[in-house]
Amino acid sequence: MQKGISILSPCGILGYGFPKESFMNAFQENIHGIVVDAGSTDAGPHKLGANVSIVSRRALKKDLSIILECGLKHRIPVIIGSSGGAGAKTHVELTLEVVKEILLEQKRHAKIGIIWADFKQQTIIDALEEGRITPLTPNIPTLTKEKILETKTIVAQMGHEPILKALKQKCDIILCGRSYDPSPFAALGIYHGMDPGLSYHLGKILECGALCAEPGTTKDCILGTLYKHSFTVRALNPIRKCTATSVAAHTFYEKEHPFILHGPGFTLNLENCEFNEISDGVIEVRNSQYIAEEEVRIKLEGARKVAYRTFVIAGIRDPLLINQLEDVEQEVLQQVKNYFNEISDEDYQVNFYHYGKDAVLGDQEPTPFMGHEIGVMFEVLAKDQELANSICANVRSTFLHYGYEGRKSSAGNLAFPYAPSDIEFGPVYEFSIYHLMKITQDPFLLEIVEV
Amino acid sequence: MVKLVEKAKILRSKNAGPFEITLDVLFDEKQVYEEVKNAGILTKEVIADLYNISLDDIHHLVFFDQALGIKITIARKISSGSPGDRDVYGAQQHAPLMNLEL
Repeated sequence: MQKGISILSPCGILGYGFPKESFMNAFQENIHGIVVDAGSTDAGPHKLGANVSIVSRRALKKDLSIILECGLKHRIPVIIGSSGGAGAKTHVELTLEVVKEILLEQKRHAKIGIIWADFKQQTIIDALEEGRITPLTPNIPTLTKEKILETKTIVAQMGHEPILKALKQKCDIILCGRSYDPSPFAALGIYHGMDPGLSYHLGKILECGALCAEPGTTKDCILGTLYKHSFTVRALNPIRKCTATSVAAHTFYEKEHPFILHGPGFTLNLENCEFNEISDGVIEVRNSQYIAEEEVRIKLEGARKVAYRTFVIAGIRDPLLINQLEDVEQEVLQQVKNYFNEISDEDYQVNFYHYGKDAVLGDQEPTPFMGHEIGVMFEVLAKDQELANSICANVRSTFLHYGYEGRKSSAGNLAFPYAPSDIEFGPVYEFSIYHLMKITQDPFLLEIVEV
Repeated sequence: MVKLVEKAKILRSKNAGPFEITLDVLFDEKQVYEEVKNAGILTKEVIADLYNISLDDIHHLVFFDQALGIKITIARKISSGSPGDRDVYGAQQHAPLMNLEL
């Protein structure tokens, strides 16, 4: 067997957890690095905007303790992509704090490379004015200077280049800020002289943990091995198995196109890939094509605060109300508006969601309502929390007691599962920046600390 | 009539970034995949009608033979987690596709 470069991916998101037995199974062979993705934008703009993590600190420490102990023992690099979830400064710093805590507890020393992915507002404003910013898809609103100034945290997804620098400096642990998910995996392959197309394609598969196996999960380990002209993937838990189709189909996952992937500075074309099972559960992949682009564009992500929310969840069981629910809600809103006539319409917004009827699909719901009860969730989004609370309290009391046409249940319209009924949510964010920025030099800074 | 959900092994939706939702229909047998592909029931027009969106809002509709899968990517009307969004992960937007008749 030719010499390969083997990369262990413990799980799909650092802190999601993995069976330790699967993890240890990898070390029956020579492993060249442990790489784990910690990031995602799936959970919405709140993580980036409010600077909070996807996973708990407890879970982060639990997973990292196992990974660091093993990585340092075997003297192989541990690389974490999009540290802390959104990969901004606070997220990276939290991860660094936990890493230091573990090293202290395990009485170990390490050289840590930290790669920052934060961008100053002025940098983005300059790029905007120089015409270097484009929206990722046509439905993304045009970026303005005003929006940039309202966006407190801005990151960009890094490619393999800055991670490669950290590997060349022989870092034991590399904490990346926001990364293109496959980049930390690709960096390790490229560091060992492997083909960038194969390295990135393998990274795309490994970044989700064992999701490419059957049964698939992000909460288990997977092993990838790069060779000169191919790579292989296999599950590390005997209850899972990779198949040629499961690995081929994995490139579908949460990507806009099944075989054309856009990364920072390149396009990956997987149309002519071959997927073959070369031994039981070991899938070999060939022909992943890396096409370098002349102009390098990195993907910026930023979230700004747009409102404060207060919401109520209640059940409605009375068919007399259910039959005219939307009309009653409009009448309730009118009464609230009349009461707070000194408040401008622009300062708040009230939304109703009817769980059991069309809350998930909204006006795209094709199925007619046949149920006997509805879970109603109504929210007030306002310019500050006090206003959201005040208006929500008034919507709730008006709705609860509203005497709609033909009402017989004159004691109340809503079944609240909780007391208090009104839940203060806090700030609401939106992705205000999701644009490409043309760059001419690597903007991601590497910092090295030894502990 | 046979429905798409009865033929597909995987039928799912998910965010492809915060501004798009991608619908995946995957099969475990080449013959079934080919049958659905050749039936011509998955077109941009059908998706536009099913999701009440314009043709411009369908960013991709691609058949990938090696993976026995079909991918459709559509624009989100409201970006993930913004005020008015109903499905932050976009994970339950596949339901209208399930009942498509072959």
